[in-house]
Amino acid sequence: MQAPAHTRALIEIDKLNLYYGTFHALKNVSMEIPEKAITAFIGPSGCGKSTLLRTLNRMNDMIAGTRIEGKIAIGGADIYSKEVDVETLRKKVGMVFQQPNPFPKSIYDNVAYGPRLHGISGRKQLDEIVETSLRSAALWEEVKDYLKRSALSLSGGQQQRLCIARALAVEPDVLLMDEATSALDPISTLKIEELAQELKDRYTIVMVTHNMHQAARVSNQTVFFLNGEVVEYAETEKLFSTPRDQRTEDYISGRFG
Amino acid sequence: MSAPASAAATELGTSLKTSSGKTFGRRARLAFYNRTFKAICVVCAVFVCIILFSILFLMGRTGILTFEYVSPMEFFFSTEWVPENEQYGAFIFIFGTFALTALTMLIAMPISILIAVFLAEVTPPWLRAVLRPVLDLLVGIPSVVYGFLGMTLLIPLLRDVTGTTMGDGLLAAAIVLTIMVLPTISRISDDAITAVPKKYRDASYALGGTRFQTTFKVVLPAARSGIMYAGILGMARAIGETMAVVMVIGNTPQLANSLLKPTSVLTSNIVMQIANVPFDSTWNYALYLMGFLLLVISLLMIVLIRFMQRKGVQR
Repeated sequence: MQAPAHTRALIEIDKLNLYYGTFHALKNVSMEIPEKAITAFIGPSGCGKSTLLRTLNRMNDMIAGTRIEGKIAIGGADIYSKEVDVETLRKKVGMVFQQPNPFPKSIYDNVAYGPRLHGISGRKQLDEIVETSLRSAALWEEVKDYLKRSALSLSGGQQQRLCIARALAVEPDVLLMDEATSALDPISTLKIEELAQELKDRYTIVMVTHNMHQAARVSNQTVFFLNGEVVEYAETEKLFSTPRDQRTEDYISGRFG
Repeated sequence: MSAPASAAATELGTSLKTSSGKTFGRRARLAFYNRTFKAICVVCAVFVCIILFSILFLMGRTGILTFEYVSPMEFFFSTEWVPENEQYGAFIFIFGTFALTALTMLIAMPISILIAVFLAEVTPPWLRAVLRPVLDLLVGIPSVVYGFLGMTLLIPLLRDVTGTTMGDGLLAAAIVLTIMVLPTISRISDDAITAVPKKYRDASYALGGTRFQTTFKVVLPAARSGIMYAGILGMARAIGETMAVVMVIGNTPQLANSLLKPTSVLTSNIVMQIANVPFDSTWNYALYLMGFLLLVISLLMIVLIRFMQRKGVQR
């Protein structure tokens, strides 16, 4: 197995094993995730792709009974070492969830939440961050006159773009998207996919998707998981046109999953 | 033509026909049960309403007689409560009730919210499994027991700490009431906090929020309406509480211009005097009017709770 070598690797995962209690959820996973590109994790339900994603910002820490072996380095720093501050890590590695989860606050306060957490309180500065983030998430034009409205009044697709804006507001380097379009209608999905394409010039994006076609449409490299193992890892075009592994071929041609 | 029905189909058809042909058949019986049950329910509901309105009417009718002898101005705003001289100014008690309730909430709300946060967010599951039932049991302790505790432990303590000779008064009563309403407010707030969806917490953590930030900036605001509901419930209990208050407030009709001065509130004054008044006297009517006032305050609070519940659902 070799990494597609057209860009520098930002995230290096080395022989990672993860257990939920006695369940061995990730088995000896190694890979390199390139900088400023979209990497997609595909595979059937329960294959460990979301679990791996959540190890990248240590959201698995909060699940009792999780045990991790191996190493994950982001920009060369081992994120599971004692010296790493989880809050700073999560600021640098943003996340968008499967269900749009804006806070029951105004649109403005949703985007400003992260910067405020990290100590920014100047009105002008916040205004600027809110506008830039909403523009980056392609939502500004739709909501600029309603910033004081509740975020819950937005449609599902708008809510998800708001969540992306909220994640971008703390200036992350990496953006994790955990099946971020699976609860959305096709048009909203398309918008988020276009957005991901624009964002990849500035951010390293890792997305988990149920939808192979989505991976094929938007990602630069694709990782195929099965039962907690990485089966195949290649540039997206290569993986879909000439899969090396029989199981990959079976999956992408719809024979299981 | 359709094929003849199978035996099973025929049986199904027969069983669907509720009328069996008898004079008091299944259909008639069912209709009778339904009607009877409905009638019983309606009677019960009407009965409850009748009780409520009877209470309001009885208290109000007797209480209103006060105003034949005492002007409303005097009753509500005079501080002279000297029934022997026909002076019936209830301001001391009305003020006392509001001051006591406000002081109680001022002490009880922050502590309750902290307890609730501790229970819902911080405590390890095994400790939570012990603490929740304990708090629920505390709700059921008779108020007279809290009164005893206040008399025998709290008041001597207050004398020592503050150096006063009495110790009875608003502060003592507020502390006892706080202890009484803490379990109620903290358990309901605890439920409200626990009900905040995990996705809000996830979002905050994923942005680099600490547990402290997440709790105070996301979880508590999201649980706000539930916590306010808990507060009003506690407040309603504090306003109407009698026994525990009587035992520690001092029962002296003087205006509470100090936290440590013996005073009296609506409930305590009623219960201390009602046994000794002549039946058809202004004094008696004035006590009824005070009871009616309490009743109206409680009803208003319950209406407020209802209103907030509805608002909570919409949100």
